[in-house]
Amino acid sequence: MTEDIFQGYKGDALEVLKKYKVRVWGTTKVDTTRGTFEGTVLPRAENDDDKHIVVKIITGYNIGIDVRNITKMKETGYKKANYKIPEKEFPMTPGLPKVKLFGTGGTIASRLDYRTGAVIPAFSPGELYGAVPELADICNLETEKVFAVFSENMGPKQYVSLAKAIGKEIENGVEGIVVGHGTDTLHHTGAALTFMCQNLPVPVVLVGSQRSSDRPSSDAALNLMHAMRAAGHSDIAEVMVCMFGPTSDEYGLLHKGTRVRKMHSSYRSTFRTIGDTPLARVNRNEIRLIKGDYNKRRSDKNVKILPYFSNDVTMLYYYPGMKPDVLDALVDAGYKGVIFVGTGLGHVNKELYPAIERAHEKGVHMYMTLQTIWGYVHMFVYDTGRDMMAKGIIPAGNMLPEVAWVKLSWILGQTDDPKKVKEMMLTPVNDEITLREPYNGYLVYQGGVPDVDDFVRRVYK
Amino acid sequence: MKFDPKHNHAESQWKAGYIPRKKATQKDYNRIGFMSGLEVHQQLLTKEKLFCHCPAGIFNGHDDYDAELIRHMRPTLSELGEYDGTALMEFKTRKEIYYRLKNQSACTYEVDDTPPFPMNREALGIAIEISLLSKLNVVGEVHITRKQYLDGSIPTGFQRTAIIGVEGELELPHKKIRLIQLSIEEDSCREISDVGHKRVYKTDRLGMPLIETVTYPDCVNPVEVKETCDYIRFLNRSTGKVRTGMGAGRQDVNVSCRGGSRVEIKGVAHTKWIPELTHNEAFRQWSLLLMRDMLKQRIKSSSKWKVSHVELDKSMLKGVELPGHAEKLIAVNLPNFEGALSWFTQPGKMFANELSERLKVIACIERPNMLHSEEFEPTIAESQWNEIRELLNAGENDAQIIITGPADDITTALEAVEERCRMALEGIPNETRKSFEDGTTIFERVLPGADRMYPDTDSAPIPLEDEYIQSLGKNMPEDIIERYRKLKEWNVPEDTYTYIFSKDHFPLIEKIINELEVDPVFVGTFFGHALKHAKGQYTGADELYGSKIYKLFAYLKKEKLDYRLAKSILPELVEHPKMDFESILIEMKFKRTKTKFILEKLPLLIEKFNKEKKVGSDSNRVNWVMGQVKKLAIGNMDLKELSEKI
Repeated sequence: MTEDIFQGYKGDALEVLKKYKVRVWGTTKVDTTRGTFEGTVLPRAENDDDKHIVVKIITGYNIGIDVRNITKMKETGYKKANYKIPEKEFPMTPGLPKVKLFGTGGTIASRLDYRTGAVIPAFSPGELYGAVPELADICNLETEKVFAVFSENMGPKQYVSLAKAIGKEIENGVEGIVVGHGTDTLHHTGAALTFMCQNLPVPVVLVGSQRSSDRPSSDAALNLMHAMRAAGHSDIAEVMVCMFGPTSDEYGLLHKGTRVRKMHSSYRSTFRTIGDTPLARVNRNEIRLIKGDYNKRRSDKNVKILPYFSNDVTMLYYYPGMKPDVLDALVDAGYKGVIFVGTGLGHVNKELYPAIERAHEKGVHMYMTLQTIWGYVHMFVYDTGRDMMAKGIIPAGNMLPEVAWVKLSWILGQTDDPKKVKEMMLTPVNDEITLREPYNGYLVYQGGVPDVDDFVRRVYK
Repeated sequence: MKFDPKHNHAESQWKAGYIPRKKATQKDYNRIGFMSGLEVHQQLLTKEKLFCHCPAGIFNGHDDYDAELIRHMRPTLSELGEYDGTALMEFKTRKEIYYRLKNQSACTYEVDDTPPFPMNREALGIAIEISLLSKLNVVGEVHITRKQYLDGSIPTGFQRTAIIGVEGELELPHKKIRLIQLSIEEDSCREISDVGHKRVYKTDRLGMPLIETVTYPDCVNPVEVKETCDYIRFLNRSTGKVRTGMGAGRQDVNVSCRGGSRVEIKGVAHTKWIPELTHNEAFRQWSLLLMRDMLKQRIKSSSKWKVSHVELDKSMLKGVELPGHAEKLIAVNLPNFEGALSWFTQPGKMFANELSERLKVIACIERPNMLHSEEFEPTIAESQWNEIRELLNAGENDAQIIITGPADDITTALEAVEERCRMALEGIPNETRKSFEDGTTIFERVLPGADRMYPDTDSAPIPLEDEYIQSLGKNMPEDIIERYRKLKEWNVPEDTYTYIFSKDHFPLIEKIINELEVDPVFVGTFFGHALKHAKGQYTGADELYGSKIYKLFAYLKKEKLDYRLAKSILPELVEHPKMDFESILIEMKFKRTKTKFILEKLPLLIEKFNKEKKVGSDSNRVNWVMGQVKKLAIGNMDLKELSEKI
């Protein structure tokens, strides 16, 4: 493939570069109606306009030059950047656990992408060791890039291949598995892997970062250290998400894959266990258990890989005044399962009833979850609830909406017998429905209340 | 002969030809090749911060905070794939950084838990206006760049900054200074403390919009640097759109001597400190270059030069008072360094100080953190040094230090010492240095280079259309140099200019002169002397605004009172800016009197003088009579005219 010497430029800007014979990475002197500029031409992000040329000036800053103002331009040299994280071979230390890191993309390790101007993932054990040498004190690391996609592009296909890869690694005798993952859908994958990889003998830890590793204050390095420690040294043989506890560089929390949710678009401490307490706290040196009750690490390799997934399940987020045609359309489109996300205790309006009945008649599996996120579906409390149950909607307990979607998809990948589906849905694999909600399973403190503010000031970092 | 550190120090100072600044001439600066440029920071007067909607300019005390959080900084690659030197140094220091935030002045953006919002357009407009005033070439598209700062002064680990213009020019009365660039950037946190491995910041100032004007190193003597800095600040203030007061304007001063390196003196709060600081820095470099030449005669290869060290048992230093953190005592031998440790660097300082400063900054060992073999007042007896030298297998021309610090920091400390000594064999390390009022500086950081820049992937570029720039250029104030020339033409004394420009009083002065026809020299000195003095004495809380001063002159004109009365009214007005002029006059017991009436009094008074003070000369008479009627006359007539009449 020939290299694109005008990387990212199009339209007018491209014409100007061609006219004056100046390449990307060429050093140039540009005369314009606003004066003279000197520097190195940089690639341009694909979605930016075609009216400007980006130049890195001698002081290291980038500027844009309006091509409409350019009167003369000349290439005076050429200096291509070589962006590479220093690679060092990952040292093996006898006595440390063998941990496998699966890369799936995301910002756990990333670098600049000139095409989009955004960051793209970069990943290899050598690169990781170059960037986070502390990892070598925690475990003996092997890495494998399973695929490189952004979090939002993770889906059924990836769940299945990841589950299979995990099975294979356990077969190979690995002592812990870490999955590097974009954070947006980390909890979806957490649920999927919980259902697909049952009876795990070793920890499987999902980790990401909320600030890309190209930033000095990134949480990536610390998250990775926490995850490696949890995977290599913890006794918890479950699928977990490991992310910052507080926003500070203090400790991470280990959340069950089925009870965790991303709760803030940008905070470092975005992942929370919902309706329960996290499994444990982890820092660079130790793991402190919070929940005593979990699946223990074993030395056998008897993992059950159940890599099933149906693409025929959808979610319906209810809003007041929703028309039945929405549900009708979904059913007509061939969806076999619908996860309702209802209001309050699990409600939708009466207007939907005919559509619900119709769907039920067509054999669509319907389950009710909650917009409130916290709490249980209680469909016996009001008539509406009872009506809906009669029409075929099954309450999914305190299963999180996203988890219910993953689980129903996983089940419908195996069977469509309504009785069997219902039984599987309501029998928890790993706490996706819990029997009880502890009092401290719901803590959303209200800022501004003096006692809370006092707590934040004194304790919460 | 026994080595005498005091003599060595004095001799090295003499060799460098160091002289106090007051005695130095351009010839001295030419001899050492003095070269200096500036980076002038100026906060912009906007309601909100640069990349979020927090209010700007709301400050809180050190212990007044709502939440605290901790971050560590890790070096990352620059856009061109390089690690930055400073970044690596800061990483070595393993600092735990605490941020104290107040809800009123900081949101989740400040602590890097929310991506940036679009750049504040008000700030951008001001930055462009000042770029135009600075005759800079304004860019076609503003690209927001991340500039790494691993000292923790910004929680993200980088400052969002963008170039607005490049290649400008500033005209001073006697020469032109070229400008490299002007950037707009977010201000950093304010440091509360930095002890050991813990550094504490507060986030109130963080994110406030700031511009940085960077000059070429065109200044050839210390006074010129100050003058340049003043002019840049005057220019900024002439827009009336920048913040004033403590910390609103700060500058970094770049200095080197011939053969030296660019050293950046950081955060100089007052321009009056610049001459002393730049003078000392140029001579520090000059002296260190002579030290290098001295060492080079003994040491052939700097890359092969190595320190050796042994740990000392505490009993060896019995009777020596050691700091509390001195867990370990590490004696270090510096081969062939005799005479270097006590080598002159700055007034009252020697090369050993440079090692101690690096131990503090890089290894985080609080001072005192070392002893050395060339102290003026030896802490350790010569016999003890000899024992240590024996342990170290030291040669005759070697020098020794003892690092006293926590066990965990010793490895970094040894690296830091060896590194700095090796640099001494090469020349002057690129550093940023922290300034002190007495004109001396200490090591602060390794000077960062262009390798710490990275495009901000969270922000889109902002195109600047010609039309927009033209509209900003319409209401610009005139050049400072033009104003300077006008003041000169009006014969306003030059010692008033700094005050007038720094407070941006020129537009008002011009208005009073043109519209109210007041004598320019009077108006100039009214602002540059009387107002400056009165404000210096001022204790109240209300601000006296320029518009009120204009009203005062307008009032005097309307009331047909002599404009010179303004100087008598001023002290009262400064104290009580809200009081109306009539009330102030009553307070002053001012009586309106006709000139005729005053003049009528004169013959009687002259007669009285002649009768009582017989020995008086003519001038005595005038003075005495003036004294009698002055109070009555001020404001009612021109005193010069009165004096003539007498």
